[in-house]
Amino acid sequence: MKYALLIYADEKAWESVPHDQRHAIYEEYDKFANELVERGVMRGGDQLADSPAATTVRVRDGQQLVTDGPFAETKEQLGGYFLVEVDDLDTAIELASKIPGARHGSVEVRPIIEG
Amino acid sequence: MTDAFGALERSFRQGSGRAVAALIRVTGDFDLAEEAVQDAFEVALRTWPSRGVPDNPEAWIVTTARNRAIDKLRRDRVGRAKTEAAAQIAELETIGVDVHEIPDDRLRLLFTCCHPALAMDARVALTLRTVAGLSTREIARAFLVPEPTLGQRLTRAKRKIHDAAIPYRVPPRELLPERLGGVLAVLYLVFNEGYAATEGELLRAEMGDEAIRLARLVDRLLPGDEDVRALLALMLLQHARHAARTDEAGDLVLLEDQDRSRWDHAMIDEGLSVLAEHAGRPGAYRLQAEIAACHARAPRPEDTDWPEIATLYGRLAALQSSPVVELNRAAAVAMADGPESGLRMLEPLQPDLDRYHLFHSAKADLLRRAGRTDDAVEAYRRALALTTNDAERRFLERRLTALQRA
Repeated sequence: MKYALLIYADEKAWESVPHDQRHAIYEEYDKFANELVERGVMRGGDQLADSPAATTVRVRDGQQLVTDGPFAETKEQLGGYFLVEVDDLDTAIELASKIPGARHGSVEVRPIIEG
Repeated sequence: MTDAFGALERSFRQGSGRAVAALIRVTGDFDLAEEAVQDAFEVALRTWPSRGVPDNPEAWIVTTARNRAIDKLRRDRVGRAKTEAAAQIAELETIGVDVHEIPDDRLRLLFTCCHPALAMDARVALTLRTVAGLSTREIARAFLVPEPTLGQRLTRAKRKIHDAAIPYRVPPRELLPERLGGVLAVLYLVFNEGYAATEGELLRAEMGDEAIRLARLVDRLLPGDEDVRALLALMLLQHARHAARTDEAGDLVLLEDQDRSRWDHAMIDEGLSVLAEHAGRPGAYRLQAEIAACHARAPRPEDTDWPEIATLYGRLAALQSSPVVELNRAAAVAMADGPESGLRMLEPLQPDLDRYHLFHSAKADLLRRAGRTDDAVEAYRRALALTTNDAERRFLERRLTALQRA
């Protein structure tokens, strides 16, 4: 079963994190990614640019509507994700709880539909 | 006729959990398992009245439902699913050959139904539907939701179990304490729904019975867990008072006014004997059970050991501090040391509990006993404005009238 672990966090709060602490958190992410590889469950993952860099596109009645910013203004923004392949939801939850972002933001666990 | 039907339905329902659990384990398909068991019920309706209830209804239901499930798998599966179905059929055929070796998968079913990834109301509904075997209609009536709403809730929960791959197992050791806590929370919620009757008194009593039955099941399948034993004791001690909690008119009777001869003393004895077992560190259920035991042991209201109850609430507050626990503690202190002591403890709780009717009715009661009639009247009015429970409303109105007359 494949799951997307979607990491949501408050970008503004992240900006105020001192440089050395940020560095430590990035190292934690590296460690986590390595663990995923070692366990043979890593199927991908990326950090996303902050939401001000986002552009939202809608097509209505054949008309392209392009707007600045993410599709919804929320306190926490999607900041990155991992794709993992594990046996069941309990294992996915266990991995999600190890993502540093889970401690200050939240991680949404979404099963991936395989056709 | 209806009574005979009810009796058959009940014995079938109580014996059907194992069949549902076993079929889900093999097929991973909640709907298939439910349909197969429903088919078995229809067979039981035709055959049990004439031939009598089988010696081992559980085994009969497992075997009959298993055969139905095999038929369904043979009929419905095509293409790629056919190989999978063949493997499942082979496994199903091994179930129930020996009636003494029916696997009991209900514990894993319970853990799956109470998985924290499901919404609380879905956990409750799913547990009552699949583990306890209640019908959608019964659950809907007990929880005062329209039947289609409850049906959708069940469908969504089953879909999530499938789509998100919620495992069908008893959690491994490292997850067990937390997950078991979740299971017990569901059972206690089922129980409380029965205890805090808002309407349909008879049905609510059944929810209490059901919760106790499920707690006994967990206790049997996961023996020796202190929290499980404590929750069972708590439920028994509270449920024992059920018949005395309302009068003929369906009105609420306060603990101090209850006819204690109407308490179920066999149930109380069982609850007390569970509590008499050795306990390590007392958890929240244990402390609540001990509080219930203090009431159960008192032959008359004036024999109640209020200082002990106040102490127990103090320990409960240290374990899981909440304004509601503090409220109960204040009420116990008031009984032990006088209403003014209780009122002093209520003051800091007001901001948190201002919208909670029981806060105002407790406060009103203490004010009344302290002789502060005007303040008491005001507090009763506030409680009346907040309550949604008919029996409670009538009770408060009676108190208010009595006070204004005095």
